Amino acid sequence: MTSVGDAGTPDMRDERTGEIRQETMIINMGPQHPSTHGVLRLLLELDGETVISCEPTIGYLHTGIEKNTEYRTWMQGVTFVTRADYLSPFFNEVGYCLAVERLLGIQAPPRAQILRVLVCELNRISSHLVWLATGGLELGAVSVMLYGLREREVILDIFEAITGLRMNHAYVRIGGVLMDLPDDGPRMIRELLKVFPGRVDEYETLLDDNPIWRERNVGVGLLSAERALSLGVTGPVLRASGVAADLRKDEPYLGYETYDFAVPVRTEGDAYARYRVRMEEMRESLNIVAQALERWGDTPGDVMIDDPKVRWPAKLSVGPDGIGNDQAYLDHIMEGSMEALIHHFKMVTQGVAVPAGEVYQAVESPRGELGFYVVSSGGHRPYRVKIRDPSFVNLQALPAMVEGQLIADVVAANASLDPVMGGVDR
Amino acid sequence: MNAERVAEVAGAHLADILVARGEVVAVVEADALLDTLAWLRDEPSLQLSFLSSLTATDWPEATPRFWLAYDLRSIELHHRLRLKVGVDGDEPHAPTVTGLFPTADWHEREVFDFFGIVFDGHPNLTRMMMPDDWDGHPLRKTEELGGVPTQFHGALVPPVDERGMP
Repeated sequence: MTSVGDAGTPDMRDERTGEIRQETMIINMGPQHPSTHGVLRLLLELDGETVISCEPTIGYLHTGIEKNTEYRTWMQGVTFVTRADYLSPFFNEVGYCLAVERLLGIQAPPRAQILRVLVCELNRISSHLVWLATGGLELGAVSVMLYGLREREVILDIFEAITGLRMNHAYVRIGGVLMDLPDDGPRMIRELLKVFPGRVDEYETLLDDNPIWRERNVGVGLLSAERALSLGVTGPVLRASGVAADLRKDEPYLGYETYDFAVPVRTEGDAYARYRVRMEEMRESLNIVAQALERWGDTPGDVMIDDPKVRWPAKLSVGPDGIGNDQAYLDHIMEGSMEALIHHFKMVTQGVAVPAGEVYQAVESPRGELGFYVVSSGGHRPYRVKIRDPSFVNLQALPAMVEGQLIADVVAANASLDPVMGGVDR
Repeated sequence: MNAERVAEVAGAHLADILVARGEVVAVVEADALLDTLAWLRDEPSLQLSFLSSLTATDWPEATPRFWLAYDLRSIELHHRLRLKVGVDGDEPHAPTVTGLFPTADWHEREVFDFFGIVFDGHPNLTRMMMPDDWDGHPLRKTEELGGVPTQFHGALVPPVDERGMP
């Protein structure tokens, strides 16, 4: 056994020549590593503890979502895209549906647009909470992990009440949303609005001036505004580098221009600034949720467009078992009108027909610009759906953030990017 | 700037330009791609200095077969422009734009992986999503969905449609 500081430790000297070894070491971090947020593999070249180069290798979670959409109807596309970035499913659904709606030249009714804003902003909070929980855990803040996941659970309960599912909701549909808020929905959201600000204060008390948190985050993963822009970085990471770019303000959709909210910006461009930006964003999102809930109360109407060429043909009504097909509608299509039956059959099997053309629709997801480049050749299926996922593009900036830094900072820098591999690999 | 105004300003330099569904779309030849992108990026009245997205579509029956789409965004002026380039052949080539937009690096690797379009001058044009030894380019319209056996160490499970009903 060799003691610490022993000049003759075998590791330091080449066995053959006896000279002190100078070469760098190449190690794999991931794909199965707790801090890689899924299955990300980082090929690191190290000189001692200093990172000489970092090469992210991705594709381990590639599921062919874009290809799959080409083999399904337009409406079924929602169930595929929602699974891309699985921590922000509503944003995927909204981006895709807005793109298809623009191709169709239609708009969802006001009440549906309000509900979309409502679920998106709740989703932004739940997504940021996962970032806070996992990022905190990776830097040793275990209590923050527990609190973050605890509050996320409350939001997932709300999602479950609204959509029936905790994730991958397929709630946003072309022409509107699947259904209105349940009776219990407003109460659950109001409850959250009441409790959550205090919880954010709690996280900040734990972290803001925590010496370990600051030591691990301040000055780590630096990215200048110029570098961020040239690498295509968007979202909280870009805003933490001093660029106030937010698509909700710059290219408003869903009526975001009518909501009152601020875009938090920091100039330091480090992991701590990103932490601060996301904390502020959670407060702003909560603000928007409150406004949306109030508007929802003031805006009556349907949550799906009243266009038989777009909406799902079936009609539901509450039967003795709680839910079921509307008997009058069944009688109409089965006994009354052959045309109605044909229409019903065509809408269920083929779905909506979208005129030929292409659009690029971008929405501000919790991670930045989520773009949908949707091409139609005029049929009942998408010709091409390209998802410009912010995680994919932001991850490209990781080498620029960690090269020349310590290997321990790779963990903090990667956590501050908040990549979701489902979105990166699609 | 609204789309019509962007089309007007960019139209001074680009012959083939139109506004559709509120989006400005311009088409150029592959050999004019780099100059056009550089101009759009540096023109002070447009400031389209942010490359949002880069992708391709495949039209096997048409000539050119592939269309590359470069979605440019102005962070300062809040407008967009899409530049499209057609490339043809079974192994099409296009110049890399990584020199103008470093973010294009991964986008071009992805397009190479999925469509088999070779970006000349790219610093590291290797597969991105598919395994390194993958045969073909899955997002081409000539490639079917599925039909690939699942590999796990020594075991090989046939694709779903070839397993037969139990």
